[in-house]
Parts: sequence; C-alpha cells; structure tokens
Amino acid sequence: MIGTRKDLLGLEDLSAEELVSILDTARTFREVLDRPIPKVPSLRGLTAANLFFEASTRTRLSFELAEKRLSADTVNFQTSGSSVSKGESLKDTARNIEAMGIHLVVIRHQASGAPHYLARNLDAGVINAGDGTHEHPTQGLLDIFTVRERRGKIAGLRVAIIGDIMHSRVARSNIWGLTKLGAAVTIAGPPTMMPAEVERFGVTVARSVDEAMEGADVVNILRIQLERQRGTLYPSLREYARVYGVTSERLKRAKPDVIVMHPGPMNRGVEIAQDVADGKHSVILEQVTNGVAVRMAVLYLLAGHKAQGEPPVENVPTEAKQTHGEPSLHPRR
Amino acid sequence: MASPLCIRGGRVLDPARGIDRVQDLWIADGRIAGLGEDAPADVRSHPQVEVIPVQGAVICPGLVDIHVHLREPGQEERETIETGTRAAARGGFTTVACMPNTAPPLDDRPRIEYVVRRARESGHARVFPIAAVTRGQMGETLTEIEDLIEAGAVAVSDDGKPVRNAEIMRRALELTGRLGVPVIQHAEDPDLKGDGVMHEGWTSTRLGMRGIPDVAESVMVARDALLAELTNGHVHVAHVSAARSTEIIRRAKARGIRMTAETAPHYLLLTDEAVQGYDPRAKMNPPLRSARDRDALIEAVVDGTIDCLATDHAPHTEIEKDSDFDSAPFGIVGLETALGLYVKALVEPKHLSLSELILRLTVNPCKILGLPGGTFEPGSPADVTVFDPSRRWTVRASEFASMGRNTPFEGWELPGQVLLTMVGGRVTYRPDAVPASAR
Amino acid sequence: MPTEKSVEHVREKAEIVDGEGLRRAITRIAHEIIERNDGARDLVLVGIRTRGVPLAKRLAQKIKEFEGVEPPVGALDITLYRDDLQMIAHQPVVKGTDVPTGINDKIVVLVDDVLYTGRTVRAALDELIDLGRPKAIQLAVIIDRGHREIPIRADFVGKNVPTSKREVIMVHVHEVDGLDGVSIGEVLG
Repeated sequence: MIGTRKDLLGLEDLSAEELVSILDTARTFREVLDRPIPKVPSLRGLTAANLFFEASTRTRLSFELAEKRLSADTVNFQTSGSSVSKGESLKDTARNIEAMGIHLVVIRHQASGAPHYLARNLDAGVINAGDGTHEHPTQGLLDIFTVRERRGKIAGLRVAIIGDIMHSRVARSNIWGLTKLGAAVTIAGPPTMMPAEVERFGVTVARSVDEAMEGADVVNILRIQLERQRGTLYPSLREYARVYGVTSERLKRAKPDVIVMHPGPMNRGVEIAQDVADGKHSVILEQVTNGVAVRMAVLYLLAGHKAQGEPPVENVPTEAKQTHGEPSLHPRR
Repeated sequence: MASPLCIRGGRVLDPARGIDRVQDLWIADGRIAGLGEDAPADVRSHPQVEVIPVQGAVICPGLVDIHVHLREPGQEERETIETGTRAAARGGFTTVACMPNTAPPLDDRPRIEYVVRRARESGHARVFPIAAVTRGQMGETLTEIEDLIEAGAVAVSDDGKPVRNAEIMRRALELTGRLGVPVIQHAEDPDLKGDGVMHEGWTSTRLGMRGIPDVAESVMVARDALLAELTNGHVHVAHVSAARSTEIIRRAKARGIRMTAETAPHYLLLTDEAVQGYDPRAKMNPPLRSARDRDALIEAVVDGTIDCLATDHAPHTEIEKDSDFDSAPFGIVGLETALGLYVKALVEPKHLSLSELILRLTVNPCKILGLPGGTFEPGSPADVTVFDPSRRWTVRASEFASMGRNTPFEGWELPGQVLLTMVGGRVTYRPDAVPASAR
Repeated sequence: MPTEKSVEHVREKAEIVDGEGLRRAITRIAHEIIERNDGARDLVLVGIRTRGVPLAKRLAQKIKEFEGVEPPVGALDITLYRDDLQMIAHQPVVKGTDVPTGINDKIVVLVDDVLYTGRTVRAALDELIDLGRPKAIQLAVIIDRGHREIPIRADFVGKNVPTSKREVIMVHVHEVDGLDGVSIGEVLG
C-alpha cells in the first residue's frame, strides 16, 4: 500500500493498485486547486527539502507549490554539482538533512540511483524528482493522470512515445506506469537512442514515427537534447526534425481525438511542430496544472508512512487510538 | 639442517605432476623435500621434526594470482604492499603479480625496485611487479621495457586502461616477444566504453545506467589476436568478461597465436543483475555481464580457453565506495574470497575437479608469467596452501586483512576455508583457532 | 501491517435508538432547522463523510416535505484538515469534498452522526471557511455523547447520550450500513 511506503523512487516499484491510489488521491487535490483558497493544512509542521543537483525550473516550482499548498515548510537547495566530488557532497547532504530534522526530501540528480542512495541513508521520505536517465516518477504519474482524466481509463489505450528513449527518465516512468495499468505502449526513435533489450519493458518498437502514430490515443513527445549526449548518437537537430519530428501531417494517422503531450520544455520545430504544440490535441498546459495535484498526492501519501498507528475511527476512545503504532510524524500540538 | 617440517594427513594435490593422494609433505630449509616415502631419509629421520597435522584438508602448491592492485606507491589509503600481501596470505595465495597503475605508475626502474624491496620487507607473499607498457600509462611512448624486466618486472601492462593505439601494441609485442614476457591487455575499446558504468543490457536499460557493450572488450581482443599473430608476441588478456571474447581467444589459440587469458571469480558467479539497487560494490571494470556471458566463461575455463584464474583485487576506501553508483570507482577486492568463490563456482557444480581448479590457480599462471613455483617438485621453494574444501565460512569484509572492504560477496557462505599458508617454508597465515577437522 | 484493531475490539452492548427512533429524530431536527432559520431560504446542508452525507440528504428531503424547497446538499471530506496523519496509511484514497453550490452568504448546516471530542467539527469548520464565507454555520448531530476536548456545541441534537470514554457509539444509516439505528458498544482489552 502506498501509504506505508517511505520513498517514491520509481514507478517500476509500484503495483497497479498503488498507482490507482495515487491517481485517485491526485483527483482530490485537483479539486483543492480549484478552490478559492487552494490550500489545505495537511502537512502543517512538516518540512520538505527540495534538493536540485541539476538545474530545473518547472519541476522544482511544481514541487514547491505542491508543498506550500499542503502547508508544509519548504527549503530549497540548488547546485550545479560541478565543484566538489558528487558522491561526497551527496553523503554530506544526507548528513545535513538528518541534522536539520527534515521530513521529506525531493531530489533531482544527474546520477541514476542517487535518490536510492539517499533513501538508504535517511529516515526521511525521499521523492525522486528525476535521476539521471533512470526515472522521473511524478512526471510519469502526471502524464498518466492527464490521460486518465481525459479518457477516463488507461487500460486498452494505445500510447505512442516518440524520441530519445535511452536517455529519457520520462519515458521509463511512463512505460512502467502505463503498462502496469494495461495500456499498449509503442515507442519510436532513432535506433541509436533505443536502449539495449528495450522490448523487455513490454512495449512495441515501431520502425518509424508514422508506424507508432497508427491508431494512437495518446502521443507523448520527448524532449531531444543532442548537446547533452555523446556526439555520435545523431547527426543533427535538422535531421532529427525531418525524421522524428511530430507534425500535424504525421498526427493524422492517430485517432481523431488523440491527446498530444510533452514533458517540456519544448524544442518547437524540432521534436514537435509549432501547430502541434499549440493545436487542439495538445494538453501540455493541463499537464503542468495536473503536475501540482499529482505531487501533492505523492507528498501527502508519503507523509503518512511513519504514522501507521490505529486507523482513527471517530467515536473510538482517544486512549485506545493512542495505544498502538509509532508516534505520529506530525508534531504534537 | 634446521628442523624439518612435516605437514601430515592431508590430501596432497600437485596437478603439475598428476599427484592426488593422502601423504605427508616434507619441507626442509624452506624447500620442498619430498612427498611421503620419497622424502630423503635424513629429513624423515631428523630428531626434531615439527609436525603440522591437517587431516581432512587439501595440501596444494601455494596459490598464484597474476592480477592484483597493491596500490603502492601513492595510493596507500587504499592498500599497501604490506596489507595487500597479508590479504593474499589470508586467501591462500603465496605469489601475486601486481599491476603498475599506482601513483606514479611503475614505468621506470626505481619504482619497480621499490616494489620488489617493499615486498621483501613485508614478506607475506612473493610479489612480482608488472611494468607499464607506456610512460605514465598515457598510451603514447613505450617504457624502457628491457630495463624494467631486468629490474624484476615479469610482464608489461597498462592495466586500468587498454593499450589503445594499435601501433604501440604492435611494437610492445615485438619487443616483449623477444624477451619471452607477455603484454597483459586490459581489453576495452575506450570509444565503445564511453562513459559507461555497467554492462549494456536489460538491467542497464531498466536502471537508466550508461552501458558498456560486451564488444567493447571483444573488438580489442580480436585486434590483439591479429597483432599477436603478426608479431609472434604473447598477449595475455586480463579479466575476460564476455562470451564473444572467449570465442575469439579459442579461435586464436587454435590458429597457434600466443594468446592466454584469465578471468576473475565475480564473472563466474554474478551477473549484471547484481547492480540492481545501485549497489556500488557491484561496480567493476569490465562490468558484470549477462548470464549467457557467465556460462560461456565457465565453459572457457573448463576447456582451457581461459588458462588461469586471477582476482583483479582492486581495493578502494570506504569513502570512495560509499556513494551513488555513478560516482563510485570501479573495482572490488578479491584475494580473501577467491578460493572459496572458485570452489563454489567451478568445483561444487562439478565443472572442474579440485585438482583441475588448483592447476588454474598454480601451474598455469606461473607458466604465463614464467614464475617459479606452482608445484611440489623437490627442491622448489616451499610455497604451500592448506585448505578444507568442505568447511564453510562466511564472508565478513570487516575481518579482511586488506584495507579494501569493497566486496559484493559480504555475508556469502563459501566452501574452502584456508587453514595454512606458507611461503618458503615460513607460515604467512594460520588462523588462531585451527578447526577440529584439521587437527 | 496495520490492522483494524479498533473495529475487532468493540463489542456491541445495546441498541439505544431503533430505526423508527432515528427517523423521528431526523424529522424533529428538520423542523428545528426550519424554525431556527425562518424557513429554508439560503440553507445549504453539508454532511461530513461518511455518515453525515446520507443524514444531510435525509434532512434535506424532510425540509422539502415541509417547506416545498429542497436545500442543496454537499459532502465534506475532512481528511486533509485532520490534526493527525495517522489515517493516511489506512485510508489513502481521499474521497474528496463536494460542495456544489457556493456557500458565500448561505446558512450552512453541518451534519454529522456523533459529536464527541469536537475535533472533527473543528476540522470541518476550517475547511468550510476555506471554501467560502457563509452567513452562518450551524451544527446538527444525531448523538451528542459528551467528552468535548474543544469548545464546540451542537445547534441541533437528536439525542444526548452520556457515555464513558471506554464506550463507543455506532450510528447505522441504511445507505451505508443497510439498516437504521444507534447502538452503544464497549472497547475490549
């Protein structure tokens, strides 16, 4: 059960039931965001630290907003990660977090597995906000949430993921989440950006974007970042746009009511054509709003991990409530 | 004659001479005197014989590991010749050959002499240095190979890195071929390796880790096979990890190319799945590969394609290894677990007999580097290992003599406990409490 | 693993209100609400999940019978406003708040089954105030069992039941429990 987990490190670890539970909880928070006062006191007294070892604007803002709308206190730490040895600074960071009495840690790091290292070494709950080329579970959740709100289901949908699968943590989280919930996932991208044995994810590898588009309910377009890769993987952005760019022409092969998603920031005119980005199929801004609700759900559910005492049934004598279980994570008031 | 030593009651395995029977091993003046009745009468009838009873145990020539990193000079926070050789003794090894990637590298005579001297002072094991192929292991200019060999080096290698430049490899093979020593190649194409940190396969895909494809190793093994054929030099392939490499080596041998090879215990027992959970203790180079590779390696050990068994003992500090997988250095320690791991990987599943295993841990490595020892031939130095192949013990890194604690085998229960290690007739390791079966 | 000890360890002792009695109490409270507020104008009934919601719906029905207008009914999930996080592990799915009409300048009648420590009502008040600015908030409960821990009182009470802290009050409503009635139980152990 998600409520008993300490950390969220990847969607690979979650069961379908846990995924659904997060998505359902996120729906409640989506409603909270529409209120005149879009804020609830659930995490009052808890402190969340946002550790961004890799530059990020929107994910950090989204988490910070989610924390504030749950009434948690937030502290931010951002570094380029260039100066000191990465491993050492991560260890020191962990020690500092412990000393500061932080309850929840949101970490983005350029190394795959860095959140796992923190999770092993900390009592605090750890949320992976993107680790290297591994996973970006809250992005995966918000993508799936967006599809589910639009379509009312995930099972049976045909989802095409287009781009650099090898280096994409967004792709991995989407693939795990979607396949667990019964979607049929097809991926397409340059063969040099397909990781080894990728079909073992349970996905279909299409030979072209056109083939992947065929009958798709959802198209998720990944950001291409040639400058961050070894120079040998693809010749140029121009060539990429020509062969793998999603244009409205290519989109015609998908279902008429296809949803177009992109984790942002977009390279307009490269992986996604201008008219697709702003077109009627695009739910890209909806993804951003949903991101806050999904992150609220994750923060809220993980905050309960230590507080697994008695279920507080109304009417039950207070002494009986307090006799079992660990002390609440929440400070006494 | 000082009082002779009699190691009594054990099963003597001397694969070089096809010996496998229970009998006494006689030692006098630091040398092998003989086996059982064959030992000279004046030794056997000496008034003051010291008897070491080892009933139920195996007595074999001292184990030889031709691939260790002793880290001295320059990286004494990781290991020293003193601690590294104590680890060797504890693991049943009497002879090690150490790699030149120290700081600075072993690329000139004084450094080779330094290692030889320090090893003599410590005295827990025989240490044979391997010299660098290129100055500073930079891959550009050859070292003074003949001078280094004269100073005591037994081979050349840029281990830690490959000899990338084919022209330099060719010339190194031509020069060493004349001297009868091998070039030990850390076979890895640096471009194909890229910034990979683990085997390229399903696990790296799942974990989002940059992969090192198996061909990064195999293309260089293939290249070196051709260069060895061209030059008639001797290439020894270090730490073979990939199935494809074994196929190339097998064919090279069949063509009469002077190519030998070693592997290490972890490649026979673990696969890339050990990286699951991002445990830096499973990070080494070459990386742990697929189950298919592991099975092919075992086959290659059995059919002799892989001639000998080494450890690639690579100690790191706890600080270095206590980090996320990406930042952690490559390498694990191996001296104190190798024997047990090899018995578990090869003898228990009946891939090899105990005698066939000992052959690959004694005579064969000695042959590759032209080292003395590896047999109980009377008159040879009394390097002896006694172990109990059936006695199980638990790996506890905290008990290692090595300064390195970086092992993925922590907590494993292994067969083959070492009961006695002896170099030149002198005890270098003997556990405080000798177990009952050895009395 | 958490277990639902509090449920297993309660022994039902006696029924203190039967189905008919519960329905009479609802009818009486409906009358009182109309009387207090001079009719049903500007009324919004908001039930606290779980059992407050069907009770609010029944009150709305009664008010319609007497006044001809049915006040809108909302549901309040106070999970996010609780002062402990212990329930997350047990009830991870927040059912959600659903107050369809605005509550600005309305008279909100909060409806719950039992009034005990007052903490639930406190949380509900916090949430209501975040949702808008009602003209007034009133509280209707079926059972007031005493033992308040904060200064809160009900405006409309079906029945006052003096209890000990070791006892439990269980209100059953047909929509949730399949039958109507109120019983008293005892915590074992």
